Amino acid sequence: MKHIKIHEEYCIGCRLCEINCLVKHSHTGKIIKAFKEESPRAFPRIRVEEEGCLSFALQCRHCEDAPCVENCMTGAMRRDKENATVLCDEEKCVGCWMCIMSCPCGVIKREKKTRRIASKCDLCGGVDEPVCVAHCPNEALTYE
Amino acid sequence: MARSLLFPEFKIERDKERCIACQVCVRQCANDVHEGSDTEDTVVSQEEKCVGCQRCVNLCPTNALTVQTRKDGFRPNGNWEDRHLRGIYKQAETGGILLTGMGCDRLYPVYWDHLLLNASQVTNPSIDPLREPIELTTYLGKKEEKLDIHWEGDSPVVRTRLAPQLGLEVPVIFSAMSYGSISYNAFRSLAEAAREAGTFCNSGEGGLHPDFYPFGENIIVQVASGRFGVHRDYLRVAAAVEIKIGQGAKPGIGGHLPGEKVSKEISRTRKIPLESDAISPAPHHDIYSIEDLERLVFAIKEAINYEKPVAVKIAAVHNVAAIASGVVRAGADIVTIDGIRGGTGAAPQVIRDNVGIPIELALAQVDERLRLEGIRHHSSLLIAGGIRSSADVIKAIALGADAVYVGTAALVGLGCHLCQKCYTGKCNWGIATQDPVLTKRLNPNIGRRRLVNLLRAWAFEIKEMLGGMGVNAIESLRGNREHLRAVGLSREECSVLGVKAAGEGW
Repeated sequence: MKHIKIHEEYCIGCRLCEINCLVKHSHTGKIIKAFKEESPRAFPRIRVEEEGCLSFALQCRHCEDAPCVENCMTGAMRRDKENATVLCDEEKCVGCWMCIMSCPCGVIKREKKTRRIASKCDLCGGVDEPVCVAHCPNEALTYE
Repeated sequence: MARSLLFPEFKIERDKERCIACQVCVRQCANDVHEGSDTEDTVVSQEEKCVGCQRCVNLCPTNALTVQTRKDGFRPNGNWEDRHLRGIYKQAETGGILLTGMGCDRLYPVYWDHLLLNASQVTNPSIDPLREPIELTTYLGKKEEKLDIHWEGDSPVVRTRLAPQLGLEVPVIFSAMSYGSISYNAFRSLAEAAREAGTFCNSGEGGLHPDFYPFGENIIVQVASGRFGVHRDYLRVAAAVEIKIGQGAKPGIGGHLPGEKVSKEISRTRKIPLESDAISPAPHHDIYSIEDLERLVFAIKEAINYEKPVAVKIAAVHNVAAIASGVVRAGADIVTIDGIRGGTGAAPQVIRDNVGIPIELALAQVDERLRLEGIRHHSSLLIAGGIRSSADVIKAIALGADAVYVGTAALVGLGCHLCQKCYTGKCNWGIATQDPVLTKRLNPNIGRRRLVNLLRAWAFEIKEMLGGMGVNAIESLRGNREHLRAVGLSREECSVLGVKAAGEGW
C-alpha cells in the first residue's frame, strides 16, 4: 500500500494541503464556491502542526494495527479490503467518538456541523495522488 | 516621528471575488505585508513593506492577487527620474549608503542583444544535432604550446606533462555564491546539480561546509581577501581554486556579512566566531602587484601539489585587458572576468550601477590582447556577469570565452524573482536567507532537478545553434568572431568587440 510520506524539513507551513483537502471534500469541488458559498463549509482532513520553525502536515496514517478500527463499536471504521486504507462508513457511524479517543495521531475529526460522524483522510478515494500531495508546492508530502 | 516621504513601490490588488481568505499570502510573506483576521474572512495588505517578490502571487490558490509596480505620479521629468527622487528621500531619512542586491539593473546597452549568429546555407552544410554528435565538452586550464609525442611501436605516448584541467560537459558553471549569502539548501541544489550535469559550482568566499566535501570533485573553492574557511583540506578537496580579486557587481570594494547572519553552521564553515561580522577587505592585504599575485598563485599551487588548476577572478574595469595579461603571466590557469551586470548578495547601489564595464566589451578586449601577446593558451577565459540564455553563452564563446559562469540565471532557476532584497536576509523564496523558516522553502531535490533541466535545455539549444552554423564542436567556435555580426552598434563599438557589422561578408 502506498503511504503519504511527510518531509517536515521542507514543509513551509502554507497550508495549501488543508485548503485543497477542504475543496476535495466539499460538495462542489470548486475552490471559490467551497469557501464562499457552501454552508456549512467543508473541512480539511489534514492538519498542519506548527511550532517555531518546525511544521508538518499530518493526516491519517492508515495504521496497520489501527486502534480506531478495533475500537469502533458499529464497524463503521473499517479497513478497505482492496487497498488496505482505513475508511469510515458514514452510514454506520453513530458518532460515539471512540475512534477519536483511540487515534494515536489525533487525525480523526468530528463532522458535527452536518451529522454526528467521524471524518478522516480517505486518501481521496483511491486516486493516483491525493490532493494534498499534488498541491504541496515544496514536495513536503510525497505518495510512495 | 517625521512623516516619511517614501510611498509604496508596489500596488497589491486583491480580487475580492476570488480571495477566499485562506491566508496563504499572510503565512508566506516574510515582510508581513498581508494581515489576516481571526474573526472575519478578510485579508488586508500593507503595501509599504512589499518588495515585489511575487511569492504570494505564486502561491495564491485562487489567483486573487496581483502585485504591480506602483505608478509614482511624480510629475514627468527627463532629468529627475523616480529612482533619483526615491534615493534622495531615503537618504535624507537615513543618512546611509543605499544598499541593493543582484546585478546592475540600469539600461546600459546589452551587447549580447546586438550580436547575431551565423548559419550555414548552400555553400556549407548545417548539421542536425539529433542525428550527428555535437561536442560540448570543454577543458579549462593551461594548454601546452606543443606536445612531445613519442612513438612506442604503433602507439603514441605523450611525454609532455599536461597542466591540470577542469572537464565540463556543458560550458556553463554556477558562479561564486557563498554559503552565507545563499542558504544551505540553495548551495546544496547547486552542488548536486553541478555533479549531475557534469559541471562545477563555485563555493564563493565563505568556505565550504563539511557536508559539501563529498561534492569536492565538482566544486571550485574560492580564496578571497577575507580568507574565510581557507585551510589545507578546503584547498585539496576541490576541483580547482579561485583567487577572488574583484567582483563585477562591486569592483574595488569588499564585502560585509552582518553578524546576525553568522549562525552556528556559518561560523563553523567560515571559521569565524559566532555572530561576528564577516568582513572581506577591499584589497587582499598581501597583494599590491602582479608579483604579489604570482606569489599567492604559486603558494596555492604548492599547497595543492600542482594537481589542480588555479583561477584568478577580476572584475571588468577600464584597463581589464592589461590586468588580465598580468594575471596570466602571474601563473593563473584560468582567468575569470566578471562584468558590470554580475550579481551580489549586497552592494552599495551607487557602486553596482556605476562601476565597471559590460562583460562583452571586456571579454573581446581580453581575448584579443592575450592573442596578440601570444599567451591566450596559457589560461582559459571564464566570463561572468549577466548571462541570461543559451544564446548569450554561445555568443560569449564566439567572442572568445572558454566557458561562462551563471549566478543570477541559476538563482532564477531556483525561484528568484529579482526583487533585489538579498541584503535584507528575508528572501521569501528561501534562497538568500539564513532564517530557518524561510530556508525550508527551497527543497534541494526540486532545486537540483530544476537546475539540471535548465542546463540540459541550454545544452540542447547550444547544439542546435552550433549545428545550424555547421560546427560540430564548441571548441571550433571559440573566438571565431566571423560567426558574429553586430546590429545597431557604432563603428567604435564594433571595433572594440572585433565584430563586423551585419551585412558585411567575410
